[in-house]
Amino acid sequence: TPDPLITEMQDWASSTGEGVDASPYGMPIQFEGDVVRRNVPWLTADVISSINFTPIHALDGTITPQGCAFERHHSGAIELKKEDYRLMINGLVDRPLVFSYADLERFPRENRTYFLECAANTGMEWAGAQLNGSQFTHGMIHNMEYSGISLRTLLEEAGLDAAGDLADKWVYVEGADASSNGRSIPMEKALDDVLVAFKANGEALRMEHGYPVRLVVPGWEGNMWVKWLRRIEVTDHPIESREETSKYTDTLADGTSRKWTWIMDAKSVVTSPSPQMPITHGKGPLVITGLAWSGRGAISGVDVSIDGGKTWQKARLAKEGEKMALTRFYLDINWDGSEMFLQSRAHDDTGYVQPTKAQLREVRGENSVYHNNCIQTWWVKENGESENVEVSS
Amino acid sequence: MSKFLPKLIASTALIASLATPSFAEKLGLGRVALPDEIAAWNHDIGPQGQGLPMGSGSVEDGEMIFSENCASCHGEFAEGVDNWPKLAGGDGTLADKDPLKTVGSYWPYLSTVYDYVRRSMPFGAAQTMSDDDVYAITAYILYSNYLVDDDFVLTNENFMDVEMPNADGFIIDDRPETELTIFTEANACYENCKETVEVTKRAAVLDVTPQEEGAEAEPEAAPVEQAAADAPVEAAPVEEAVAAPVMAAFDADLAAQGETVFKKCKACHQVGEGAKNKVGPILNGVVGAPVAHIEDFKYSKDLTTAHDEGVVWDEAHLAEFLAKPKGVYKKTKMSFAGLKKDDDINAVIEYLKSVSQ
Repeated sequence: TPDPLITEMQDWASSTGEGVDASPYGMPIQFEGDVVRRNVPWLTADVISSINFTPIHALDGTITPQGCAFERHHSGAIELKKEDYRLMINGLVDRPLVFSYADLERFPRENRTYFLECAANTGMEWAGAQLNGSQFTHGMIHNMEYSGISLRTLLEEAGLDAAGDLADKWVYVEGADASSNGRSIPMEKALDDVLVAFKANGEALRMEHGYPVRLVVPGWEGNMWVKWLRRIEVTDHPIESREETSKYTDTLADGTSRKWTWIMDAKSVVTSPSPQMPITHGKGPLVITGLAWSGRGAISGVDVSIDGGKTWQKARLAKEGEKMALTRFYLDINWDGSEMFLQSRAHDDTGYVQPTKAQLREVRGENSVYHNNCIQTWWVKENGESENVEVSS
Repeated sequence: MSKFLPKLIASTALIASLATPSFAEKLGLGRVALPDEIAAWNHDIGPQGQGLPMGSGSVEDGEMIFSENCASCHGEFAEGVDNWPKLAGGDGTLADKDPLKTVGSYWPYLSTVYDYVRRSMPFGAAQTMSDDDVYAITAYILYSNYLVDDDFVLTNENFMDVEMPNADGFIIDDRPETELTIFTEANACYENCKETVEVTKRAAVLDVTPQEEGAEAEPEAAPVEQAAADAPVEAAPVEEAVAAPVMAAFDADLAAQGETVFKKCKACHQVGEGAKNKVGPILNGVVGAPVAHIEDFKYSKDLTTAHDEGVVWDEAHLAEFLAKPKGVYKKTKMSFAGLKKDDDINAVIEYLKSVSQ
């Protein structure tokens, strides 16, 4: 039968739509209103010190729009005007300096795209399959193009002769919000690829991502990407702040804990189909897609298994992997309508291959919280719906 | 730093070139940071006590300060309330299933306690404590972990003498030896990797995924916007007219002072539009309302009894309660010790009136 959407005159084909100034800064069309960050209320005591999740299940490509990029605050997102912004560099430098925002805009700028993953991403999955949706299991991640200044440039402006031998020096970075989140970064990393960023995806950082200035620490855990960056101190020791001792450390089976586990290992997840993205079209052509990333380098390949890890086939990368940035992969199949156990496995250019949860548990035990980069399984049922499961190894 | 050093050696060429003056032309941007400015911000304390200010605080003082500023979230004995961090206990549990990680059982450095409390606590009123108060709180947290006696006084002099039980419990990231050697291409299987695949755990069984119920799953803004677009423009002034009389009469200046005092309350109580019950109930409209008037909040028995007896939060009763909560309702769950100054109490009540929607 003819489709009335085609044969009958539709309102939008006859009357006019909105004028150009209806929304000076646009929002997504109302029909996309479910593509939003979501919170898991039982995770934390209060939304002021909490985290929410990027709707990665519903996105494509690799760039995360700022408006739905996950947030993590320790004392809430603050409103800090550019005019009120000050950045101090002190400690073992030749000249301690204070920069205004306008000063920062006069330094040579760089544009680079990186993922930011919270060390706790997938942390709720250590003990067993818990949350139904890639947004909840893997949504503490986003990927943006940053514009900013290399931290090295700023340190050089202050002068590092006073620091002497740089091999055992540290850079302590601290935020301006009430949590005063502070982390110690080894000088080698600080001089390598860290950015002091003020734009993301072409526009100013959002308040929730540290407007007007945040730190970008490529490939390293998100907690180190200090927001509302206000101070950079060159020291001869790590501070061993709360966020690098009592949190973001990894307790092993015997009760000892790893510290300074800064790098986020290679990881991937199928974003669709997944529990929030059921297959609604029945059997036939099906696009399986997902994201892969590595804090050690570029993604060199992604394997997908539809049988729970018995056999693996190479997925197609949307484009060549970039260092410490998200890579989109696709596997286009002809789905026969039978159940699948969907998994993905990332490879990076250091030769690392994403492990299973069993492999990780064998090394780390089951008391870890952070740095869970295990292979994820979605049990896709015949009706197209999926569930988060663990399968035998 | 064992992992880091070898890499550094490999890149000494890079570091060396950085240290030479030729590597970067200075742009002359920014200005020199003044000593007072550095002193105002440079508060981090190192693991060997680097940066500790002169001062001292006793367990005895700490108990009182902790009760007033910390206990509403962390519990009177640092045992933690709801999902807020537990600061005491957990001794010897690190190798157990679900270890309890506290200052006593887990934190390797006492400096971290001082550093964190001084810079980041109390929640909602950070960086308001005196250095001596921070010493006292740190001493009390040690006491609550049975690490010092009740007559202990912590000072910058004896700070480094305190032994932290888990000081030796940490190793530097050993993934290069323990994981990077195993999780490799050489070990990756592609065919016949296992014989069978069985489901061993299911998220649906646990059922802890946040559910969006029916209509709520739809974008809430959409229907509202639609309605607004359809409604005549005159609708807006009507709403304002309705809103105006609801505003209770209050002294704006005093209410503004009260808002500052209210920071002490904010960790547990929300007010204003979109406020939700937290550790404590919403306080919108509390002034003049019956005691325990928020229907979906679980009050202590003392408060529900008062509610049943028809007791009302008039200003006098609120003032009495805010001065010493447990003096009025002995079993109240509110662990806040009370506001000492009458001015603060009056200001907070004025502020609560200002948000009484």
